[in-house]
Amino acid sequence: MIKIKELRKTFGPIVAVDGVSFDVQKGQVLGFLGPNGAGKSTVMRMLACFLTPDSGTAEVCGYDIIKNPIQVRENIGYLAENVPAYSEMSVGAFLNFICDVRGLEGKKRKEALDKAIAMCHIQSVYHQTIETLSKGYRRRVGLAQALIHDPQVLILDEPTDGLDPNQKHEVRQLIGKMTQDKCIVISTHILEEVEAICSRAVVIAKGKILADSTPGELKSKYNCSLDEVFRKITTSKVA
Amino acid sequence: MRGFWAVFRREFKSYFTTPLAYVFLVVFLFFSGYLTFKAGFFEARQADMTAFFMNMPLMFVFLVPAAAMRLWAEERKTGSIELLFTLPITVAQAVLGKFFAAWVFIIVAMAMTFPMLITVSYLGNPDKGLIFAGYLASILMAGGFLAVGCFFSAMSRNQVISFVLSVVACGVLVFAGMPTTMNYLSTFLPMGLVQAISTMSFQGHFDSMQRGVLEFKDISYFVILIAGWITAGGVILDERKAN
Repeated sequence: MIKIKELRKTFGPIVAVDGVSFDVQKGQVLGFLGPNGAGKSTVMRMLACFLTPDSGTAEVCGYDIIKNPIQVRENIGYLAENVPAYSEMSVGAFLNFICDVRGLEGKKRKEALDKAIAMCHIQSVYHQTIETLSKGYRRRVGLAQALIHDPQVLILDEPTDGLDPNQKHEVRQLIGKMTQDKCIVISTHILEEVEAICSRAVVIAKGKILADSTPGELKSKYNCSLDEVFRKITTSKVA
Repeated sequence: MRGFWAVFRREFKSYFTTPLAYVFLVVFLFFSGYLTFKAGFFEARQADMTAFFMNMPLMFVFLVPAAAMRLWAEERKTGSIELLFTLPITVAQAVLGKFFAAWVFIIVAMAMTFPMLITVSYLGNPDKGLIFAGYLASILMAGGFLAVGCFFSAMSRNQVISFVLSVVACGVLVFAGMPTTMNYLSTFLPMGLVQAISTMSFQGHFDSMQRGVLEFKDISYFVILIAGWITAGGVILDERKAN
């Protein structure tokens, strides 16, 4: 469902993404790992058609990110790293705005709203203004926004960052429930999360892919914990 | 079209969920009334709204950029632009949605000056066509200023910078056509160039419309101006949205 071919993006003299290629199939949860500044968010932003690659391209659900950005965006749910939202709006008004944009009307809208709100446990803050929410609730509203149209592809940039252990567990369970009929890409620093929910792990540093395997295989290949695998790969191969 | 309406509705409502709309309306309505009566509304002994419309360019130079400055600068500052442009909305839909939301807001503000219309109608028998032309000219001029404001808002993520730049640009567009400016320019520029500068200015087109002369060249001036600045704003935004 996602096919990335030789994506490259530079910001001035900085090469953020340098020839990244990989495919993700339906039913896979791909953990996108890497140190800060590795290029994870840049790849995700290009997949969500927010950034245009300098060269290379990608297909999401058969649509090219450069030629058909609107169709790509219709088919994905994207949660950005800093959970952008209109802070002066109430949660309800914000989610209704997303429904407006995504063309969910009438009965469909009500069902979509009810489902997303129940999934993300945000009933209690429905009438609250987004700027008054805690970090955890804000992120859950962001998740609800990404899930509301039941997209085939989910791109989540650090979805559990800032959540308490209970909330992290809930989000992981939520992702676990959706794996069968979706294709999910998650970036994270939390390696236990990769072990818990990801069927595949791609390690990236300085814009290049350094490893692409399952978490289990990585562990057995290096014969150590995933934390150590991450350190070994990102420090030795980059240096 | 769906993206346009969604952005339009959200943006229009957002004026009223923040104090901006109320501050804008109070200041605009107070000064539009105050300046009219100060300019000798009663002394003129004429039931028309000339004194009212006369002050519009000056008020709009400051007030319209204030309504426009947040349109894109705020989206870029808070990062919500990343949300907007990862939803199925094109840059054109978003730019137009925001522009028209702000324009309709200003039209609402203009509509709230209706007591002025009631006053002149009570005092005499004003020329309704002239009043209509005055409102049309003011609304078109506000659209022009708004398009300039949108452009500068897309250029900078700092609202103060975008406000100051818009005021300067709108000010230049108004004052270039003032008689004093033209007199000064004609001391060292050839007459043809002075004429050219004055036809580029808001003032001449606004004055002739406000006098009740609805000419194609005046209306097309505003339409081209609005389209041009909005297009430029869209291009800048597309270029800089992720910076």
